[in-house]
Formats: sequence, structure tokens, C-alpha cells
Amino acid sequence: MTQALRSQFPILTPSLAYLDSAATAQMPLAVLDAVRAFETSSRANVKRGVHRLAEAATDAYAAARSDVAAYLGVPPSEIVFTSGCTAALNLVAHSFGALMKPGDAVLLSALEHHSNLVPWQMLAARSGIELRFLDVDAEGRIDLSALETKLDARVKLVSLAHVSNVTGSVLDVASVVATAAKVGARVLLDGAQRAPHGPLDLKTLGVDFYAFGGHKVFAPHGVGVLWARRELLDAMPPFLGGGEMIAQVELAHSTWAAAPAKFEAGTPPIGAAIGLGAACRWLGTLPWAEIAATEARLCQRLLDGLAATPGVRVLGPQSLQARAPVVSFALEGTHPHDICQIMDSAGVALRGGHHCAQPLHKRFDLAGTTRASLALYSDDSDIDAFFAGLSKVRKILL
Amino acid sequence: MSDALYHDAILALAKDRRHAGRLDAPTHSHTSDNPLCGDRVTIDIERASDGTVRRIGHFVRGCVLCQAAAAALAASVEGRGPAAFAAAESALARVLAGQNDPENGVWAAFLPVARHTSRLDCVRLPLVAAKPVFEA
Repeated sequence: MTQALRSQFPILTPSLAYLDSAATAQMPLAVLDAVRAFETSSRANVKRGVHRLAEAATDAYAAARSDVAAYLGVPPSEIVFTSGCTAALNLVAHSFGALMKPGDAVLLSALEHHSNLVPWQMLAARSGIELRFLDVDAEGRIDLSALETKLDARVKLVSLAHVSNVTGSVLDVASVVATAAKVGARVLLDGAQRAPHGPLDLKTLGVDFYAFGGHKVFAPHGVGVLWARRELLDAMPPFLGGGEMIAQVELAHSTWAAAPAKFEAGTPPIGAAIGLGAACRWLGTLPWAEIAATEARLCQRLLDGLAATPGVRVLGPQSLQARAPVVSFALEGTHPHDICQIMDSAGVALRGGHHCAQPLHKRFDLAGTTRASLALYSDDSDIDAFFAGLSKVRKILL
Repeated sequence: MSDALYHDAILALAKDRRHAGRLDAPTHSHTSDNPLCGDRVTIDIERASDGTVRRIGHFVRGCVLCQAAAAALAASVEGRGPAAFAAAESALARVLAGQNDPENGVWAAFLPVARHTSRLDCVRLPLVAAKPVFEA
């Protein structure tokens, strides 16, 4: 099964063990072909022209929104295309933040990606919003034991990673949603690391906002998704101004288009969005139970092999329970960039550093870690190459 | 290939601990971070009234290349006058541009880094940290 999937990714040659999918996942032919078809047959701006290319581009862009919505189980009118996950989170911080008043609070955690910290810090600085934080337990999971005590009527939003981009821990969304509901707080999930690992039924999750980036779900760079409940999109003011986000513009004031157009100022990332639509269509055809089983087995191989390697400390759950195949580790006496550089010479692509999660690394008294991350095309040859490369690292650096 | 970065001279520099650690009473000190990777370098110097660097100490939280560059910097400036830092900067700039020059001295070990754009700042960080110290 994996070989059939892998063969759809032209970049995955036998000499490459690509274990950096949490940074950017590769694109299958279905996506590459869709983008090429658009750029070579329908390339034009959307919602502006009446010529045939403009009509085709507008139709393709709308179809991409429908494809993404269908994959997520929500109406297309609730899908906002952004430039990425970071832009989606910033949109919520700005536009939902505009509905908050000084003294209101946002609850975050210590394991968040900087993209789910910095926008809220900026909001706090300009609007007097209080930021509260959930701690992280020894396994690298958000510690929900303090959730009830951190929540009160002043908390208007709980914004957490669905899956940690460092520890791979999966959030107990049901607990968060149920507890937040008691005080009327909305829930936003940063789904960047969850979205690549199988279909999402957003309505069942029960959250209010969901954000992820296209390039992590086998689509092009430069596009992302914000899903939000219709009533929230209607209530929130726009983030950026200009382009087709307006209803009427006068010299001194303007009125806004209905969502999602209200949040898509300027020319959107049309080709990338069409690629994302193709990715969602393709993802919807895959045998996810088999893929999940393979990802789990390979993740277990990584965890077992690292546990047996002297000097290795894994930053994340040791078991597969509520864990995504994102494995970060420190090797005593080495630096992540040196590990990654030597691994590269062995044909293994990894990520080293703080992974845009400096507070989390500080929590574990580390400056950085080395991360191996799996995707639906990962196979045993990748894990074999990883451990061969790690032996080489130890030989050179230790 | 990446292996070329970790040749014997680089590894030997990285393991050179002669100037590793903070000075007890530096006359000048500065810390710089690499925001992309979180690495941090502190450079302490004890400078004489004539500008000579009597002692230098470095505290490096960084990779092999960063540690090696800190050691190369210390070897380049200790016991020398202010011009030595400028010479080290020039030598490193040449090396990271891929220029093999007899004046490169100890910095010649870093020539393979020139092909790795993502690692240039690893080597530069000790000099970035040192610059305010030498310009003070």
C-alpha cells in the first residue's frame, strides 16, 4: 500500500529518506497536475474579469473551497482561504480579538507553536487582553488537570495545538470543548500537525475555529485554511482590507462582503488553493485505517530504536496512545543542527532546532531538539536510513 | 556533501576548550542569539589600556561549527591589538564567500561551510557576539 502511495510522489527517490513532513509534506501527482492544469489553462484573477479565463479561474477557486469543505465536513461558506496556518491564527487573534475587551482572557499552553503564541501576545499588548497558560506534563502533553481552574467567565477563547509539532502529543479535544463550554469560552485548534494524518470531522470535534496550512497536507505553499462557525465569521470584523472583501467603498468608509470573502482581501493564492482542493479530494480517497496503522508501526520503530540508543532523550510520549508520528529527541553531547547535517549526508531529511516552540524547549531545559516526522508515504526504508544515519552521527560527533 | 563540514580541523577546533567559559572579571562582554535555532554565544574579553586583548573567554550554546568558530576567534585575537578582530572578520568573510586565501589562517578550516547557506550564521555567531565587545 505504501509503495503505491509513494510512487505518486515524484520527489521521493530511493536515495531520499524524507522525515521532515511536519515542516512541509511533499506533493502527489494529483496536486502537481491540478496546479499545472490551472496555471496552463485557466490562470487569471478571480471574481474580477468576465473573460473565459477569469470565469474558469473563479469556478476553479470556488470548487477548491467546496473540496476543502467536503473533506472537513463543513459548508464551503465557512472556509476562509489564508496564506497559511500562521495567517489563519493571526486572523482570529485580530478579528475575534476585536470583539474582546480589556480584562478578557485567552487560554493557551506552554507547548504552542510561536504562531499560536505571538499573535496573542500582540493582541494582549494592544488590547489589554490577559493571557493564561496551561503547563505541559513530563510526557510533553498539555496538562489539562488545571483546565477548570484556569477557566472562568473572563476567558473568551481557548487556543491550543491539536497535535504538538514537537512532542506529537494529541490533545484531548472533547475535554477541552466540554470544559470551555461551561464558561462560554470558544475553542480554536491549531491543526497544522493533525490535518496531515487523516480526515477531520470538524462538526463532531465541537470546536469553534480550526486552522491549518496547505503545505503540511500535501498541497502547495502559500495557502492555508481557517474554518469558523458561521455566526463567528459574521460577527468578526475583517482582518485585512482591500480587493474583493468589500460590499461598498466610499471615500471615508466602507462596508464588507459576506464571509468568507470578507476575510480574503486582495488577490488570493489561487493556484495554491486549487492545489489544496486537489489535495483534499485525493486525501478523501485514501485508506486511512491502513495508513494510520503503518504510521503507528513506524513511529513505534522510531521510539523503540531511540530508547535503545545511549544518550537519547525523547521529548514526547513514549507510547502511541494519543500520539502522532512526530518524534523529537536530544542526543547528549550533540547539537541538532550537527545531527541534521550529518543525517543529510546519509540521505535523511530531518529538522533541528527549537521548531518555533522555544517556551516548550525551555520547559524541558533544552535549546533545541532533532525531529523526525512521518507522513502517509513513509516506509521502513526511511526508518532504516534514520538509524544508519544516527550511527554515523554518533561515530563522527561522539 | 555534509560530511566535508566535519573534518578533523573543525572537530579539533570545536574540542579546543582553552578559552571556553566565562571570564571572572571581563572588561567587556556581550551575548548574541541566533533566533532561527536558539543558539547563544557570550564573548568576554579583558582588554588592556593599549587595546590589547589580554584574555578572551567564550560561552557557547551551539553546534560544532559555532563552537569551532568561537575557538578560532579566541586564537585569532588573544594577545593581539584591536586590528586582530577586524582581520578575523575579513578572513571569515572571505572564507564564507568560498575564497581560499593564504591570509585566511585558522579560518581556512571553515571553507566547506561556504556551500551550506543554512549554516553560515552558525559560524558567524561568535563574531556577531564579539563585535560590540571590540567596538566598545
